[in-house]
Amino acid sequence: MNDPDDPVRMVVFDTLRASTRGAVELSDQTNIVNELGLDSVAIMDFVMEIEDRLDVSVPLDRIAEVETVGDLVATMRDLEGKG
Amino acid sequence: MSLFDKFAHLSDVYRGLEGRRFNPFNIAFDVILSPTEAMIKGRHILLLGTNNYLGLTHDPAVIGEAIEAIRNFGSGTTGSRIANGSYDGHMQLERALADFYGRKFAMVFSTGYQANLGILATIAGKNDHLILDADSHASIYDGSRLGHAQVTRFRHNDPDDLARRLRRLAGTPGDKVVVIEGIYSMLGDTAPLRELVQVKREGGAYLVIDEAHSLGVLGETGRGLAEAEDVEADVDFIVGTFSKSLGGVGGFCVSDLDGFEVLRVASRPYMFTASLPPSVIAATAAALHQLRSRPNLRRQLTENAKRLYGGLVDLGFHLGPEPNPIVSAIMPDPETAFAFWTSLLQAGLYTNVSLPPATPRGLALLRTSVSAAHTRHQIDHAVALFAQVGRALGLIPHARVHRGTPHEAPEGKISVAGE
Repeated sequence: MNDPDDPVRMVVFDTLRASTRGAVELSDQTNIVNELGLDSVAIMDFVMEIEDRLDVSVPLDRIAEVETVGDLVATMRDLEGKG
Repeated sequence: MSLFDKFAHLSDVYRGLEGRRFNPFNIAFDVILSPTEAMIKGRHILLLGTNNYLGLTHDPAVIGEAIEAIRNFGSGTTGSRIANGSYDGHMQLERALADFYGRKFAMVFSTGYQANLGILATIAGKNDHLILDADSHASIYDGSRLGHAQVTRFRHNDPDDLARRLRRLAGTPGDKVVVIEGIYSMLGDTAPLRELVQVKREGGAYLVIDEAHSLGVLGETGRGLAEAEDVEADVDFIVGTFSKSLGGVGGFCVSDLDGFEVLRVASRPYMFTASLPPSVIAATAAALHQLRSRPNLRRQLTENAKRLYGGLVDLGFHLGPEPNPIVSAIMPDPETAFAFWTSLLQAGLYTNVSLPPATPRGLALLRTSVSAAHTRHQIDHAVALFAQVGRALGLIPHARVHRGTPHEAPEGKISVAGE
């Protein structure tokens, strides 16, 4: 589940690091809204980066369910599997 | 613990503003003197942030029709059109809108916000897909969320990204509905409509365009961006509002798609809201007539927009990409936007502050909107005030000496807010 070499996980972490300019130490438990200080549009914008890199579209209701970085990895993995 | 703890991040900002003499989110006009002038706290203010594009709020014909309607039909309808019946004015206005757009069907909603809710939440069902431009207005996002379709967004004004997203959906069951705007309300930029229409056609999708800020502003007869770009036949639904160029309140949708009328008994934001009062309907119908019969208003609006945009560009402000009636100056941060806004108001000029997440890319904006009713002198005065405040805040370079330009400083000293 937490394989650091998992490509989906790497893309999510890379994109988040770029969005937050490395200001916060990221883990699966990092809360995206509270700890990274991103508003609703900023979250949708960085998810768009991830969508491009994985060639997957993420419906907005799936984004709304995400709280932690780990949730986002799981969501992306799920959608990529379906694609 | 309080019910409102979840708004802590907003409360801090709001409390900070409440302590000030002027709060952009809680300002009140004592009197509106004209489409371009008002009184605030006993002071005369030039209005440059009202979306009153054609200045029709004070048009004598518009006011006359509203007064006559209120006398003949009363102050309100006290019910929804489905439960309590329509008035003749509602039907006439719908026929006038259909005629204006050259479409078979028109439906009137009680606000522009509800028009987006009523259309988007209804036309895209459970297994359908809504694909929104990322910079879409809150009403488009909320309308999408109210329905049961799967919602995704594409990069703002990026036809290639829309194509990629439609490609990902190829073979997926359900209809695809693309939603865009004519003029985007924050930066005043227009959609690359011809390219988007091409992608929509290739992807077999429907297209909804919200012309809220482009009705009466763009196009040969004022129908908006779709008319200006000559692609109206490829636009399946046009949504718009009465609260900007038409100077009232309310929203509408026009379409040529057969079966459209069923929305009257399927669209909850249409069915479960009180219908617009007779005075608003009559004023809107009169304003639409003015919009159609006085193309000079549109020409004057365009000229004023270019004058303001050009004046601010010359001063060194960073603006949106196109000289449309929405002219937004990009501020370095929200605090500077508040300071700029307050200084302008203290100098007698009303504008708007727009902040993320309502703005794209986290931008803090000092937003203005131009009216056809502005005189050349009023525009030049506004530009001069922007120059003084911009320099006082260190946002633009200091004055170059050129006499007799339109940007001559007005009399009086500018005080910088937040000092």
